[in-house]
Amino acid sequence: MGPVLELRKVVKDYPGHRAVDGISLSLERGRFYSLVGPSGCGKTTTLRLVGGFEKPTSGEVWLDGVMVNALPPHQRDVSTVFQSYALFPHLSALENVAFGLRERRVPDAVKRAQDALARVHLSTKAASKPAQLSGGERQRVALARSLVLEPKLLLLDEPLAALDPNLRGQMRAELKALQRSTGITFLFITHDREEALSMSDELAVMNAGRIEQMAAPESAYLQPVSRFVAGFLGPVNWFGDIGVRPERIRLTTVPGEEASLQATVDSLLFFGNSIQVHVRLNDGPRVSAEIPAGSQVFREGESVWLSWSRADEMRLP
Amino acid sequence: MKGRGLGVWAALTLVFLHAPLLVLVLFSFNSSRFTVWEGFSFTWYQAALADPQLAEGLLNSIVIAAFASVIATVIGTLAAYGMWKRPATWLAGTLYLSLLTPEIVTGVSLLALFQWTFRYLNLHLGLYTVIAAHVAFSVAYVMIVVSARLRQYDRSLEEAAMDLGATEWSAFRRVTLPYLAPAVAAAALLALVVSFDDYVITSLVAGVDSETLPMVVYAMARRGVSPILNAVSAFVVVVFGALIVASQRLQES
Amino acid sequence: MTLRSWSLLPVRLVATVLLGAPLGIVLVYSLLTRGDYGGVEFPWTAESFTRLLDPLYLGILWRSLWIATSATVICALAGFPLALFIARSGRWRNLWLQLVLLPFWTSFLVRTYAWIFILRDTGLVNTTLLSLGLIHKPLPLLYNDGAVLAGLVYNYLPFFVLPLYATLERLDGALPEAAADLGAPPWRTLWRVTLPLSKPGIVAGSVLVFVPCLGAYLTPDLLGGGKTVMLGNLVQNQFTSARDWPFGAAVSMVVLLVSALLLAAFLRHRTAQELL
Repeated sequence: MGPVLELRKVVKDYPGHRAVDGISLSLERGRFYSLVGPSGCGKTTTLRLVGGFEKPTSGEVWLDGVMVNALPPHQRDVSTVFQSYALFPHLSALENVAFGLRERRVPDAVKRAQDALARVHLSTKAASKPAQLSGGERQRVALARSLVLEPKLLLLDEPLAALDPNLRGQMRAELKALQRSTGITFLFITHDREEALSMSDELAVMNAGRIEQMAAPESAYLQPVSRFVAGFLGPVNWFGDIGVRPERIRLTTVPGEEASLQATVDSLLFFGNSIQVHVRLNDGPRVSAEIPAGSQVFREGESVWLSWSRADEMRLP
Repeated sequence: MKGRGLGVWAALTLVFLHAPLLVLVLFSFNSSRFTVWEGFSFTWYQAALADPQLAEGLLNSIVIAAFASVIATVIGTLAAYGMWKRPATWLAGTLYLSLLTPEIVTGVSLLALFQWTFRYLNLHLGLYTVIAAHVAFSVAYVMIVVSARLRQYDRSLEEAAMDLGATEWSAFRRVTLPYLAPAVAAAALLALVVSFDDYVITSLVAGVDSETLPMVVYAMARRGVSPILNAVSAFVVVVFGALIVASQRLQES
Repeated sequence: MTLRSWSLLPVRLVATVLLGAPLGIVLVYSLLTRGDYGGVEFPWTAESFTRLLDPLYLGILWRSLWIATSATVICALAGFPLALFIARSGRWRNLWLQLVLLPFWTSFLVRTYAWIFILRDTGLVNTTLLSLGLIHKPLPLLYNDGAVLAGLVYNYLPFFVLPLYATLERLDGALPEAAADLGAPPWRTLWRVTLPLSKPGIVAGSVLVFVPCLGAYLTPDLLGGGKTVMLGNLVQNQFTSARDWPFGAAVSMVVLLVSALLLAAFLRHRTAQELL
């Protein structure tokens, strides 16, 4: 079987600016994908092009081997979980989930909607209106409402952004488990690098309407193809053309064997599981290093040596 | 200016706003025909009910207001929805202008239109010209009330409906319309009131067989004060008050 | 056709046939000649507009402007303290606001009639004063400019209070406190902080009162008793008894133009959009 979604040189222009600048990508069945980038990079527009809410200026959108450029949203076998969840305020949780089934005149709509609610652990809230549900519960109803239709592709538009931080962590695991158990392809939109790195099988980093890199999280993080990708996915210290991540920098009181620089400790920030050490090189620039908590104690003003292994260098001119 | 002075001033202004109508309602129950309180009675209400002209005017007003408000509500709601989908600047401008055009100008312009049309058609002024005129000036009121509710409407709700398989029309009917229902009802009540109340435009485009309640009231007021008119006024004040309070409750819900 | 085009179809029809076309016809009529038996005839002429410069009609124009201006000023003087009071009355705000609006929603005709009931020779005021022995013959309260002014202020005061209240309500409560903290007494705070900041509301209220007063017809008709002729009455008169449609049309156009210009100027104000 071919890819479930394929974008071919898709461009979307709005009056005065180009939101999507020639994107091509291909998604395989049953995997978890993320589209990650800063706000305004075109990721939400890309999602809306796939959902059918916008028409591409040029290029083609293929869903499961069919060119769908001209198809309206209700004829596309994809479903969207909106950032605001977009639950229908006048309908109960159950009726929200049954909405799409009724539109398709599925005979046992209520039964299937109940099953879908059970799957997201919300059977007890079936009769509640959206206004009576918590943020996390609304999120689950929105998921159930889309998943019950068994779409070929589920689009998620920053669905965790509105949740409080604790719940967000929990929902990450839940979303990933849900993707694995349903086997539906997820395309997850986020501006949060941690979400993209932790949840995806593969992620695409977007910048200014283009995809800069599409790769597995680990390789994108360790072998970024551009300074933008390197910087977006995590902090980097730049030494000319060479970038080194803070957690890869070793701090010692004596010179190391490989690349070695002398510096003075400026400040220390304690994070519980790690310590951020800000140092100033003797010739001026500042560098930050992240070391495990409890490994070694440095003091402000102390003189240290920085080193790292060649393998951890990112060479990006 | 602070504190008590402000409160006294506000109270006086509110008295100025309410006293005239309260006095009018009070004296509608006066047994005397003069502006001196003699005793409580329903005399003038009975007289008003027995007046054939008032009865005919009321009937005409009810028929006109019912037709005009239903038509204006349908058109105005659809208009608000269409403009919410994508703004229509000229159309909105025309509707706002209609709100701000002095009534007398609206009235004579509609009269001119009808007279001009009648040169080619064998028709004359009647109930339907009044209904058409009332639709013309109440559509804007409906549009404003419904638009206000649409402004707080999450666009992704319709998108979600279509995403789940609903056609544009089905999304409107199953999601947007239920959301708008209270505002539509409020707008309909408002249209009912502005239609029922209009004198200036109506008097210009009404035919001989389509005299409305405000036209009868106007004629009586022109002739001088009649205690019957106090009773009619009190009735109108109470009915309008109830309709408007209902309309505002709906808008707030 | 999309759903949007369908939904806008009826209103486009109404806007074209019942709103646009009538004004177009009036514009055309204003440039035609009066027919021998009423109606209009060719040729084209601007005579109806030049006739407006006749001292008689300039007088009416002047009187309309004067009355509308006076009504606006009185509304401002009465409305500002009221709006300020409501804006500062905490959780009672909505109740006060409803009280201001309630009479406004009862019939315009009835509200105007109420003033006949109060002001006429045998009305409430004169009857009361006579029975108290304070006067010996009725005061001429009705059918003059004063009565018209009272009716206009009464009818349109809520138009001033509402936008002004909206502005005052949004005024940061800490600003007057900051002014007081910096040593300004209440009067100076009002003058130097509250008043300047409420300017958008005052402008909005003034336009919303002035425009309908300028084109008023029913109030001067009923309370002015034919003596106080304003532009609205002139229009009505030309279309009915005088049967000079071109002239009535020309006056209509002038009233409409002045109203539209004022509103356009007001809408260009950035704050206008926020308030409406």
